[in-house]
Amino acid sequence: MSKVEAFRQHHFEDVEQQHEASWLGMWVFLATEVMFFGGMFACYFVYRHWYLQAFASASNHLDVLLGGINTAVLICSSFTMALAVHSAETARRKPLIAFLLLTIVLGLLFLGIKFYEYHTKFEEHLVPGSSFRFEASLARPAEIFFSFYFAMTGMHAVHMIIGIGLLTALIFKARRGRFSAAYHTPVELTGLYWHFVDIVWIFLFPLLYLVGRHL
Amino acid sequence: MNLSEIERREHYLNVNYGIRSWLFTTDHKRIAWLYLLSVTLFFFIGGLFATLMRIELMTPQGDLVQAETYNKLFTMHGVTMIFFFLVPSIPAVLGNFLVPMMIGARDLAFPRLNLASWYIFIIGGAFTLMAAAAGGVDTGWTFYTPYSSIYSNTHVVLTVVGVFITGFSSILTGLNFIVTIHKMRAPGMTWFRLPLFIWAHYATSIIFVLGTPVIAITLLLVGLERIFRLGIFDPALGGDPVLFQHLFWFYSHPAVYIMILPAMGVVSELIACFSRKRIFGYSVVAFASLGIAVIGFLVWGHHMFVSGQSVHAGMVFSFLSMVVAIPSAIKVFNWTATLYKGSISYDAPMLYALGFIGLFTIGGLTGLFLATLGINVHVHDTYFVVAHFHYIMVGGAVMGYLGGIHFWWPKMTGRTYPEIWARLAALIIFIGFNLTFFPQFVLGYLGMPRRYHVYPPEFQVLNVMSTAGASILAVGYLLPLLYLVWSLRYGAVAGANPWRARGLEWQTPSPPPTENFERTPIVTEGAYAYEKDPEEIYSLGKPAHV
Amino acid sequence: MDLGFPLFPEQASTMASRVDALFFFLVAVSVFFVALIFLAIFVFAVKYRRRAEDERPEPIEGKLWLEVAWSVIPFGLTMVMFVWGAIIFFDIYNPPDDALEISIVGRQWMWKAQHPTGQSEINELHVPLGQPVKLMMTSEDVIHDFYLPAFRVKQDVLPGRYTSVWFEATKAGVYQLFCAEYCGTQHSGMIGRVVALEPAQFEKWLSGGATGVSMIDQGASLFKRFGCETCHRAGGTNQGPSLAGLFGKTVKLQGGNTVTADENYIRESILDPRAKIVAGYQPIMPTFKGLVSEEGLLQLIAYIKSLNTAERKTS
Repeated sequence: MSKVEAFRQHHFEDVEQQHEASWLGMWVFLATEVMFFGGMFACYFVYRHWYLQAFASASNHLDVLLGGINTAVLICSSFTMALAVHSAETARRKPLIAFLLLTIVLGLLFLGIKFYEYHTKFEEHLVPGSSFRFEASLARPAEIFFSFYFAMTGMHAVHMIIGIGLLTALIFKARRGRFSAAYHTPVELTGLYWHFVDIVWIFLFPLLYLVGRHL
Repeated sequence: MNLSEIERREHYLNVNYGIRSWLFTTDHKRIAWLYLLSVTLFFFIGGLFATLMRIELMTPQGDLVQAETYNKLFTMHGVTMIFFFLVPSIPAVLGNFLVPMMIGARDLAFPRLNLASWYIFIIGGAFTLMAAAAGGVDTGWTFYTPYSSIYSNTHVVLTVVGVFITGFSSILTGLNFIVTIHKMRAPGMTWFRLPLFIWAHYATSIIFVLGTPVIAITLLLVGLERIFRLGIFDPALGGDPVLFQHLFWFYSHPAVYIMILPAMGVVSELIACFSRKRIFGYSVVAFASLGIAVIGFLVWGHHMFVSGQSVHAGMVFSFLSMVVAIPSAIKVFNWTATLYKGSISYDAPMLYALGFIGLFTIGGLTGLFLATLGINVHVHDTYFVVAHFHYIMVGGAVMGYLGGIHFWWPKMTGRTYPEIWARLAALIIFIGFNLTFFPQFVLGYLGMPRRYHVYPPEFQVLNVMSTAGASILAVGYLLPLLYLVWSLRYGAVAGANPWRARGLEWQTPSPPPTENFERTPIVTEGAYAYEKDPEEIYSLGKPAHV
Repeated sequence: MDLGFPLFPEQASTMASRVDALFFFLVAVSVFFVALIFLAIFVFAVKYRRRAEDERPEPIEGKLWLEVAWSVIPFGLTMVMFVWGAIIFFDIYNPPDDALEISIVGRQWMWKAQHPTGQSEINELHVPLGQPVKLMMTSEDVIHDFYLPAFRVKQDVLPGRYTSVWFEATKAGVYQLFCAEYCGTQHSGMIGRVVALEPAQFEKWLSGGATGVSMIDQGASLFKRFGCETCHRAGGTNQGPSLAGLFGKTVKLQGGNTVTADENYIRESILDPRAKIVAGYQPIMPTFKGLVSEEGLLQLIAYIKSLNTAERKTS
């Protein structure tokens, strides 16, 4: 049996079918993720429309520099991920592992910066709840803004953590020589997932950090 | 075919034994059984809550349970029945078993994901049962804010966590079905040769994957609001409780189509088989399923006509709700037309199918009353609504489920059930059901609100009628439990095709081998080719290599 | 035939017979289609019952004209239902201008009503016959719903907002009031009575009992007590606009948007003054959240509304 046949699962007719099924499966999954984040985005847009001034004022309390650095970090990580996929396609094991590692490092850097930001928000009494403090006239909708900030970036961070977990698993598999030019579907699909998580951030950054900055 | 032949032949039930072979199976047929046992358990738990409610409602005063207990009962009844019985029942039991077989495949696209779906379902169910055991939740299955997010003192978080987790079971099942139907059809099985059961499950899966994530995020936000006081729906912070309703119903309306489309798929199979005819207007019925799924996403506001939503939004939603009724009506007419000049037999599955058509027609028409703005104002949140959705869910979906279970029982078990008892049970269910729920239409128009623990005395007679019906219905549901279990041991042995049906699932032995088909079928005919011999509609391809 | 229990609700408002007429139309259509389907199933199931095991019916694929017919005709019927229902709905949501306004505050688990004359009621509402009555409603806690089956009207009552419903009673009597949105433990106990009286009797009831200060006067004294006059004098000041003639007007806000000055706008301006700033003014109005009750807010609104007529009188 050829090397590629070894990876065919018993219920598929051929590797082609398995590969196509896996791809379709990942795209359908990403569609569900769009709906999941979409619910939060929809709520966010409603409140932003009602309370634009409070949202702008609250947004100004976020650190644009850190958010911008994080955006750059994530975009780089998508680049390294794409390089990892390319390495898998061209059957170069060492670069594959290196780029996966690099992607993980960048992901961890992102999370590190994010949690540092959370920490400063805590110190500035901007975490919703009994300790929340904001300029009195805008305090209530500002608290809603920060509720969205934590919920949306928190949910994004959870997805990043899961992504890092997947990448780690890929590294272990790559080290055991699991991937080849003919079979590297898990790398491709994880790449899709990682790019999706990146894109969510590309939307989150301007919506949360850049409200009314041009005013 | 005799018993010893069955025991000698290897099939999916006897290929290995032991609890591990079941709990770690990736065979879609075994997973279907895991779901069957689980949803049956939840059905009877939900039924227990309903029994207590109907006993309480025999008298206008609250004399059986306290108000808070009653509120927990109707909440838990709704949550259990909807999320843990109606949503999974047909797709996860019959769908899991039959989707691969009907398209000529050896399994679903992602068998391990299928098993994971079941475990996720069980974990979600465990959380919800824990919430019930810990004292229950009293928000109603609709979890309206700010009552659920701030005011209720019951186990809201535990319950929404359970429902949140279970939602992923739905999403993954839907994902599995979509990929399977797209990519794993046998040679010759083109889209328009697919059985309508498959079309129905495909449409349902679209709703699974696009709708369920929205309820997930909605319940997550409610949970976060309760735990961390994030004020997203809190009016004291400028939040909007009606926004919760929009988010909630954006999923929960399509959810009702998740609950009914699979049953419609079952009914198509049953009507065709027991009339020995192709379904009249096959492609129209197929497109109607897709139409219901798509338009079903556009009508959620019809649950909110008096919520404070704008009059203009109300008008749009009312119009679209009328539109979504049409594909369902088309199906009813097509099924009825299929009977014309057919060869009709009255086996129990057919009784369930015919009962479905009648009761779904009544339920669907009463939906028009609710979609009509001027009437909705009067009957919203009354027993009229309760009667409407029970006609669809119980008179429709549950009867579709039971009809399907009876129809495919011989395929799944290699045994037949006792036909007399089955017909008797179907009749008892039909009578009990109508006696339970028809009086509720009258109660609703009279003005009796839903979720009421006590009520004015002039409503009592109708309530007593309803409870009397419920006791008959309970007997009707217990009977299949008893005789189906009995049949596992003592039922007559079934052949490959006891109903002489035409689907691919009937062209393989009962019970089927693990890989479903000894040789991959090559399909040359459309579905329901009853005018031809079974052997004419497919040929044998290469051996199914494992 | 007197069964001893009702099968149909009384008609006690101008809307009731209209709603019932539409209802009976739908019942007729439903009965027709149910009978049609049940009959067709019964006739076909009997006439075409299987007579021999190896019977093979002729396959019938379908007929396009039938599909079109049984799509178009039902669609047409549903459009009749839709339009008819929409017209009634529109009327339910458009109270006549001369409606008598009564304030309702709902809370777990009771209804409080206040008449313009100041008369308050709990779990009861007296209304005159032949006079449109508009209820301006809010909740102090969770979502409730004010439901009068005999009048065929119902409206959710929300916290943080006003919603309204109107009716005109046509038959003297006592009618059920139900809360129709689940609101917690005593949801089914949050019920009451609406008492519809002949106009003369209603006046008598209004003037009898505790002489209340009118809502407008109560609002006026709150207006003084909270110091609103400091900034919102007649003619306006640098700090705040005049409120005379405000109600119902289109207000221009900072940033270019406009808003109609309705009850919700006034309530929000008192509780959350910086949510919407009027163009040309500074955001200096303090918030009165926690200082004024829902009843107080309704009284202030009644007072501010009265400034329209007062202005017309003086100008």
